[in-house]
Amino acid sequence: MATKQTRTLARFMAAPSVLLLLIWMAVPLAVTLWFSFQQYNPLNPIRDRFVGFANYALFFNNPAFSTAILNTLIIVAAVLAITIIGGILLALLLDQPMWGQGFVRILVISPFFVMPPVAALVWKNMIMHPGYGVFADIARFFGAQPIDWFAQYPLFSIIIIVAWQWLPFATLILLTSLQSLDGEQKEAAEMDGAGFLARFWYLTLPHLSRAITVVVLIQTIFLLSVYAEILVTTNGGPGYASTNLPFLVYQKALLEYKIGQASAGGIIAVILANIVAFFAMRAVGKNLDK
Amino acid sequence: MNLRTLVLGLCSASAFAFAAHAETITIATVNNGDMIRMQKLTEDFTKKNPDIQLNWVTLEENVLRERVTTDIATKGGQYDVMTIGTYEVPIWAKQNWLLPLENLGDDYDQKDIIPAIAGGLTVDGKLYAAPFYGESSFVMYRKDLMEKAGLKMPDAPTWTFIKEAADKMTDKANGVNGVCLRGKAGWGENMAFLTAMSNSFGARWFDEQWNPQFDQPEWKNTLQFYVDLMKADGPDGASSNGFNENLALFQQGKCGMWIDATVAASFVSDPKNSTVADKVGYALAPDNGLGKRGNWLWAWSLGIPAGTQKAAAAEKFVAWATGKGYLDLVASKEGWANVPPGTRSSLYANPEYEKAAPFAKMTLDSINSADPTKPTVKPVPYVGVQFVAIPEFQGLGTTVGQLFSAALAGQMSVDDALKQAQDAAKAAMTEGGYIQ
Amino acid sequence: MARAVTNRHKTIATIAAWAVALVIFFPILYTIITSFKSEQEAIQGFSLIPSGTLESYAEVQSQYNYFKPFMNSVILALGSTLLALVVAIPAAWSMAFSPTKRTKDVLMWMLSTKMMPAVAVLFPIYLIFRNLGLLDSRIGMTVMLMLINLPIVIWMLYTYFREIPGEILEAARMDGATLWGEILYVLTPMAVPGIASTMLLNIILAWNEAFWTIRLTTTNAAPLTAFISSFSSPQGLFWAKLSAASTLAIAPILIMGWFSQKQLVRGLTFGAVK
Repeated sequence: MATKQTRTLARFMAAPSVLLLLIWMAVPLAVTLWFSFQQYNPLNPIRDRFVGFANYALFFNNPAFSTAILNTLIIVAAVLAITIIGGILLALLLDQPMWGQGFVRILVISPFFVMPPVAALVWKNMIMHPGYGVFADIARFFGAQPIDWFAQYPLFSIIIIVAWQWLPFATLILLTSLQSLDGEQKEAAEMDGAGFLARFWYLTLPHLSRAITVVVLIQTIFLLSVYAEILVTTNGGPGYASTNLPFLVYQKALLEYKIGQASAGGIIAVILANIVAFFAMRAVGKNLDK
Repeated sequence: MNLRTLVLGLCSASAFAFAAHAETITIATVNNGDMIRMQKLTEDFTKKNPDIQLNWVTLEENVLRERVTTDIATKGGQYDVMTIGTYEVPIWAKQNWLLPLENLGDDYDQKDIIPAIAGGLTVDGKLYAAPFYGESSFVMYRKDLMEKAGLKMPDAPTWTFIKEAADKMTDKANGVNGVCLRGKAGWGENMAFLTAMSNSFGARWFDEQWNPQFDQPEWKNTLQFYVDLMKADGPDGASSNGFNENLALFQQGKCGMWIDATVAASFVSDPKNSTVADKVGYALAPDNGLGKRGNWLWAWSLGIPAGTQKAAAAEKFVAWATGKGYLDLVASKEGWANVPPGTRSSLYANPEYEKAAPFAKMTLDSINSADPTKPTVKPVPYVGVQFVAIPEFQGLGTTVGQLFSAALAGQMSVDDALKQAQDAAKAAMTEGGYIQ
Repeated sequence: MARAVTNRHKTIATIAAWAVALVIFFPILYTIITSFKSEQEAIQGFSLIPSGTLESYAEVQSQYNYFKPFMNSVILALGSTLLALVVAIPAAWSMAFSPTKRTKDVLMWMLSTKMMPAVAVLFPIYLIFRNLGLLDSRIGMTVMLMLINLPIVIWMLYTYFREIPGEILEAARMDGATLWGEILYVLTPMAVPGIASTMLLNIILAWNEAFWTIRLTTTNAAPLTAFISSFSSPQGLFWAKLSAASTLAIAPILIMGWFSQKQLVRGLTFGAVK
């Protein structure tokens, strides 16, 4: 009955945010696209001009390019794997009856509240520093040679830091989902004599699938643009070992001031993100429709 | 919907911002000790200039450089005084982004500025930034360890001597590394050191036609020597050590020698923070007998962006911060040892400073032995001792720095690093239109 | 017997969970501990017992007055969150209750706006902000943070609103409730938990946003992310000072998070619980 009127009203109500986002996305995107065809170096404006696809060619031919793409995907995949597997295990653990559950939960979610530069600074200087870090202290305690994390395992170190920041998020969502699992179902399965693994595999995991896809989706958005952690810790190095796409774009924009190339890199990053998102969202979209 | 409120809000906000800014100048500075000290002494300036308020933006070096460069390149007008280095000044002055400093006052005594430092900040005979502190680099070494090794550090050592001394001083069982050098990638980190070092090995970034020179034996000798030295006698994790990391190591007694900025002398000789304060000796940066030493020249300086509305107030501040009076002020409040060094000849003629800062003479000698206009053994088309004063250098220097850092970390061979550096430099020079 | 097993089970679970939780929390804990050490203490090897000195905090405060960036963080986080809710609630509501064929696409498209690397658009945005006179203004930053987080906010609210059964609305309409009445008296009470947790998440995200807040501010609007960036690598020994500054930067949001974690969790599920 009120459908038509409601629908018009609905459109009207959705309009402001859609419009805002449209502007928010379209304007910078258009400007970036335009710049990506220009040679634009604010430090050396004499040579500024239209260069066609030259910026894209330069960005592709950058020796760091393929490494950067690979590193971007590795960071996303590795952090997703760690946070989801770790998150499920942690959620299963926290779902058990225990003393001080509330406090444990507070401790576990805390890393999520730490701003990325602080997290990176703390890990770099307090934990992984080869001279003064806690890891080095532990290594020395056992008489081992302290590991220089950022030089020897740069990408892995960054993955650890980022995973530490996102593990609480995954754990929380998975835990909430776990707690909504019907107790009766669980009991019935137990009665049937299903072991823990069987119950986990046939009952718990399917129940968690939706939560997992949500974690994948949200985290992917943020993980594709990881950069503060790299800037603070390894600066993309040694060599290009920990350079990912956003960091490469950052170098072009704020170190070399090659805005044209940085813009081309930005466009490439958007395309990559959309490819990743296409697969991620296909999966999520289906799961969310259930 | 509430677009109108938004617009109204924006208008009133900018109006408010304008009113509040009337005589407030915003100063962007780097977060090092001398700058922070100046920030704390602000009161002296505001007392003398009650109509001027100071707004400080203190940032870590890389963020600072990013912020001020973005702002000046887009004419954002966020700052009235910017802390910049000898690298930026010639480039920015050429773009007319900086105001020449012509009204620093009668008592400023511009001639007193150390000529080598002033030279790096002067373009076409005009001073475009006033040096707040200047530095070169030299060798800081542990007298006790040197003695133990049975050696005596000459005032002007050679690289061969440094290697020999480092080998003898290294005592990993007791946590002593023969030598600590920068390894962290960055044009202002490891490349500042390596470029200055390469000068003493006869290497250069470019020949006179801007052809990159990383395929030449001089660079190979430089990098190979550096990597070998650090592998044998350097600290763990050297490839992520910059100035700060090495300073901490040296202060903890973990380095036999450290070749770095002359300003570090006041930190390593400060008993409050250094465990080796009374055991530090100083020497000129090493050479190879080719006529150039491996020391650099840098001055953190205060410049005024061309877009500022408050040039007069800004210049008053610059004159205060870099004038003779400021040195006296710091001396009276915190002692002569804490005075920002390396800018004025008169400071080095002051016997009280000489007494408080045992490294004063060596600092001045180091500064005077660097020549930004003729930095290398062979002729070059650029100025800058540890950098090349072209806009492309920040990016290129950092790329090369990453490669050399990877070579130090053992992730890449010296030859591969040099080859990739050569390719990167060639690409950058071609793109910038220096070579065809 | 069963009782004993449960107790043993509970003990094991408790020990395991506490161990894991402490490991995860350790970097934060150690930072807080180190902030109460002197610089010399901070590098003297592993120790969980600080001397309790406040000198690092005094030093930090003397370099950078904490109050101003703290207030800016509060204003920007709260302001951008409220603004985002004002824009997002109607949109999410209409998408949830009058979905069209394209609703999903619009939602996905909104999320995809978050995937542009911020640094690629820094120069355009900086120029736009300069031209509008928004550099270093709280209003500019508020709008900026609102836009950055808007997609997530809409999406969270959408998934939450969708859980509200349509029949209730039908019933309300039968009773002759107007549209606004519908929203005000029927929907809002049901939606409060979702809105609350959306709000909390958004405050956290806005508080921790560390790219634009550093690049587009100087002093007037600079929040705690700018504060921390002036302590990130000073000269000399700085472990204790860095710890103190880090603690100051994260403490407010950490405490808020601890107190509101129940509300946060309730809606953080993005409709995933079913």
